[in-house]
Amino acid sequence: MRLINRHPDRGGRLLLILLPFALLLFAYFIGSAARLTDNPNDKLLPSASQMVAAIDRLAFTEDKRSGNYLFWQDSAASLTRLGLGIGIAAVAGLCLGIAAGILPLLGAPLSPLLTVLSMVPPLAILPILFITFGLGELSKVMLIVIGITPVLARDLEQRAREIPTEILIKAQTLGASTWTLILRVVLPQLLPRLLIALRLVLGSAWLFLIAAEAIASTDGLGYRIFLVRRYMAMDVILPYVIWITLLAWLMDLGLRRVTQLCFPWFAGSKA
Amino acid sequence: MKPFIEVKNVWQEYGDQVVLERLNLTVNEGEFCTLVGASGCGKSTFLRLLLGQEQPSKGEILLAGQPLPGEPDASRGVVFQRYSVFPHLSVLDNVAIGLELPRAPILGRLFGAAKREAREQAAVILQKVGLGHALDKYPSQLSGGMQQRLAIAQALIMKPRVLLLDEPFGALDPGIRKDMHALLLELWHATGLTVFMVTHDLSEGFSLGTRLLVFDKTRIDPHAPGAFGARITYDIPLNTDRRAARAAVDALPAHLQPAR
Repeated sequence: MRLINRHPDRGGRLLLILLPFALLLFAYFIGSAARLTDNPNDKLLPSASQMVAAIDRLAFTEDKRSGNYLFWQDSAASLTRLGLGIGIAAVAGLCLGIAAGILPLLGAPLSPLLTVLSMVPPLAILPILFITFGLGELSKVMLIVIGITPVLARDLEQRAREIPTEILIKAQTLGASTWTLILRVVLPQLLPRLLIALRLVLGSAWLFLIAAEAIASTDGLGYRIFLVRRYMAMDVILPYVIWITLLAWLMDLGLRRVTQLCFPWFAGSKA
Repeated sequence: MKPFIEVKNVWQEYGDQVVLERLNLTVNEGEFCTLVGASGCGKSTFLRLLLGQEQPSKGEILLAGQPLPGEPDASRGVVFQRYSVFPHLSVLDNVAIGLELPRAPILGRLFGAAKREAREQAAVILQKVGLGHALDKYPSQLSGGMQQRLAIAQALIMKPRVLLLDEPFGALDPGIRKDMHALLLELWHATGLTVFMVTHDLSEGFSLGTRLLVFDKTRIDPHAPGAFGARITYDIPLNTDRRAARAAVDALPAHLQPAR
């Protein structure tokens, strides 16, 4: 039988999903064990027990200096910034995308502008953000907003253009004004698209968050990773990276579930 | 009786390309006009002019003595071949939205008793087109024929005076098409609508309409195919006077003869 026609069965599929993860973990712990037997003070590949100890110290023990649980404080700070940034960017991107994609008079000036703006590397203007908005929360949230809004807006503009003209004409023959047409026809059709676009920009959003936290912050997951880098504390960095990955994956899963639940009519929600 | 729709010397040009030229037509209220002709001869363009989706390059169209509004509105209902229904609304709401939009200029939706009433009215009309059993489904769960039934119900809830159909049954199976013809004639009898229907199917054009309009180019310059536009070359009264229609059919050039 040709390879292209061979499909894994249920059990086989599960096995194939887990296999690469298991291999990665296996390779890591083999390497870690080998290095630690050579030199018990090796910091590069910490053992599982060392990482558990680090997490226990950061997540379940009060910090001596501040009296906080650093791991949870970092997570809360990062997630707040990320949530604010993504939320603002989603609303802004949706408005800009609809305006540029549905209203020709607004699309004419907005569309080229968005194309140019989306080419500005957000990290290159991070210093400008720090200068204008200071080193506080605002500049970090703004970096996420500036980084992902043009991408979202351009994607939604494209999706808005893909709504068949027939649908827009039909709505007008049913008595819709421009405003109610956007509210009842365009917006509901673009919301699931927005959620899909958000899933795709989650990675960039995290990138900008970590970058901003690494440069100027006093807490946050990115801040902690870059702080302990000075002590080569891989036993902290690795669990933090895994935690960030897990959070990002959960967000992606959540967005997918919301799409399926709220927009059952949307064919793309099954993907 | 004053004509309901008057088309006065209408031309439609896109750049150098003339699609329609010197179109003159008067249509009385309640007529069922079927528009036939070769592909690309301007039938759908003419329908878009009637809809207000496009403006004629020259000439004017009068609706009940007034110039036609320059954009689509509730006075003219439309059913396209595809994409006529809203995929994000249930069958019931696809029709009820036509009652909600004109009455709720700010939110575009009704609430409470007004909403219930709109839905009840929508259900009545859906019952009439044979979709009473599918009120809660989404359009993607319906067959092609049922989607077109929905699109017709959606257009009729607005009580338009003119119904424009752009190859509405072009994508349907022959059997389903027959059912749709019966439904359309029944609704037309009941409402007294003026109908314009573009179709590729000549026999459909003959059996449904009270008037068959044939679009064709009378002049062709082989070196400049876009130089001349199509006109209405035959205007055949049907079903009111079968014999005249038959005679007219026989007078058609061979390539326009219906398949027998």
